[in-house]
Amino acid sequence: MAGKTLFDKIWEKHVVTTIPDGPEVFYIDVQYIHEVTSPQAFDGLRKRGIPVFNTKQIVATPDHNVPTLEQHLPIKNDLSRKQVDQLIKNCADFGIELYGLNHPYQGIVHVVGPELGITKPGMTMVCGDSHTSTHGAFGCIAFGIGTSEVEQVLATQCLLQTKPKRMRINIEGELQKGVYSKDIILYLIAKLTAGGGTGYFIEFAGSAIRSLSMESRMTICNMSIEMGARGGLIAPDDTTFNYVKGRKFAPQGADFDKAVTEWKKLFSDADAVFEAEFTYDAADIAPMITYGTNPGMGIKISENVPNSKDIKDVKEQESFDKALEYMGFHSGDKLIGKPVNYVFVGSCTNARIEDFRIVAEVVKGRQKAANVKAYIVPGSKQVEKQIYAEGIDKVLEAAGFQIRQPGCSACLAMNDDKVPAGEYCVSTSNRNFEGRQGPGARTLLASPATAAATAINGYITDVRDLI
Amino acid sequence: MEKFISLTTTAVPLSIENIDTDQIIPARFLKATTRDGFGENLFRDWRYNSDNTPKDFVLNDKKYSGKILAAGKNFGCGSSREHAAWAIHDAGFKVVISSFFADIFKNNALNNGLLPITVSPEFLQKIFNAVEANPKAEIKVDLENQIVQIVASGEKEAFEINAYKKVCMINGFDNIDYLLSIKDKIKEYEAKRA
Repeated sequence: MAGKTLFDKIWEKHVVTTIPDGPEVFYIDVQYIHEVTSPQAFDGLRKRGIPVFNTKQIVATPDHNVPTLEQHLPIKNDLSRKQVDQLIKNCADFGIELYGLNHPYQGIVHVVGPELGITKPGMTMVCGDSHTSTHGAFGCIAFGIGTSEVEQVLATQCLLQTKPKRMRINIEGELQKGVYSKDIILYLIAKLTAGGGTGYFIEFAGSAIRSLSMESRMTICNMSIEMGARGGLIAPDDTTFNYVKGRKFAPQGADFDKAVTEWKKLFSDADAVFEAEFTYDAADIAPMITYGTNPGMGIKISENVPNSKDIKDVKEQESFDKALEYMGFHSGDKLIGKPVNYVFVGSCTNARIEDFRIVAEVVKGRQKAANVKAYIVPGSKQVEKQIYAEGIDKVLEAAGFQIRQPGCSACLAMNDDKVPAGEYCVSTSNRNFEGRQGPGARTLLASPATAAATAINGYITDVRDLI
Repeated sequence: MEKFISLTTTAVPLSIENIDTDQIIPARFLKATTRDGFGENLFRDWRYNSDNTPKDFVLNDKKYSGKILAAGKNFGCGSSREHAAWAIHDAGFKVVISSFFADIFKNNALNNGLLPITVSPEFLQKIFNAVEANPKAEIKVDLENQIVQIVASGEKEAFEINAYKKVCMINGFDNIDYLLSIKDKIKEYEAKRA
């Protein structure tokens, strides 16, 4: 019999029962919830008159809608305030732990879970948010779900799931200077396309992945959904164990050692079979940037926008042309040097302490370009605290940047942090869809280093020229 | 959930690829706390200018109507927002046909009685051609037999659906009813793990 993949090992432990000819009843260890995709789920529980099945396995925090300035004041936007208030009420009514605004643990769910040690190897986790795949960095099966499924997990701690196919992507070798984990994932999505991972759960492996910090690994798993994959995961190792150790909800003392013994069994067997497998050379990866309206439309920053005429499929070509028209670009355009007035450093993809350290390194001793408005948004209150503790705030402020308060912010522009129509924004977030950062906004996805370099020059910049 | 057995109706052709859920329902309309009313903002920024005047877009084109939305490949990619399925359903659609769906959208649609049908790229093109040539062209969806057919030409194709999901759609069953019925089994599983 063939060996098992990491994914299989975790999956099998969480199957409660299998419906003949149907999906499996799949047990969820932790559900994270936020204000946008949960109200209708709680409504459903009320209509049925049923409680939450396991209140201790649910953690809530508001993130999508919250302002990133003056969080101590009532939220000005009526609808946003109502939604956040509804989350407070739902958590109180149903007995769920809530890290509300002004709580020291508040932040973007996918930043909060790992930093508190709630996310641990071998777990299954869901959230009504597609970037739940982030937690796979710890060797978890973590994926986004819709609100009906949020309700199912609240009511039964289970979901009906059909097992996805397995893919492994190996990145071997050493990354070049100026290349970060964000570049790895943008490179992979450009290679495999925005739908290339659909139907799969992806394991990221290889020496380049092993060498990454947990923050960097989270960035990669976070964006596995942008290839259409249900999620991504990475086998836990000493980097993982050291990250989890000592965190608030991590096992302590002898319990931790016992847990590590179990976690060390979480890897793909040498003879495990994957339905698809790809291997790339880390040395081929350069700083990446997107030029279009899906995350698969990415190039090395020094390359030119691809030529529409090279696309053979007519429908594909029409969609490509539509994207370029929206972005105001043309086939063959060079992106380096294009003026950019907005820069966003934040989101569940790139708002962890490491990201702000990288930004500080690039901007240290330099000045932000006068034309640039920058949103610098920590992923959580804990990250914010660390920014101040490490003096990163001083470096950023000296360079002309303002540090805002935690939330999803300009990643999806549900609050006031928007990019105006027609303006370009080099953004460390995860989606460059039309209107994602505000109606008519034009998003170029890149690493925090590239975003920082662009903010300094006021035009698209290859960070390797500054470091 | 509403039952779905079969349907014969005209279709709206939206032959764009990689339509993401941010286009289907932009994030700024996700602030509601109920499931209703999302239909009026379906494809908001493709349908209307910022001053609310209508744009040249297929949903504003009076010659097209019907309960089927036919769309290009990788439909529903991006965000997990179920609001996308709610918006399409609320706008009166019962079926979405594409050559490729994003996973989460597909689940969300099925959980709301909106049937996602995956057809071959060739058959999808035939549907686009038929509807664009004659907006009154009818498409027949037979879930029982898993067949989708262009009525006038008789061209048809079989489609796949998970047997369990098919039973749910035909009978209007929710997953949650089933999960609640096996609560004891879930508790047993928890006790065994502890």
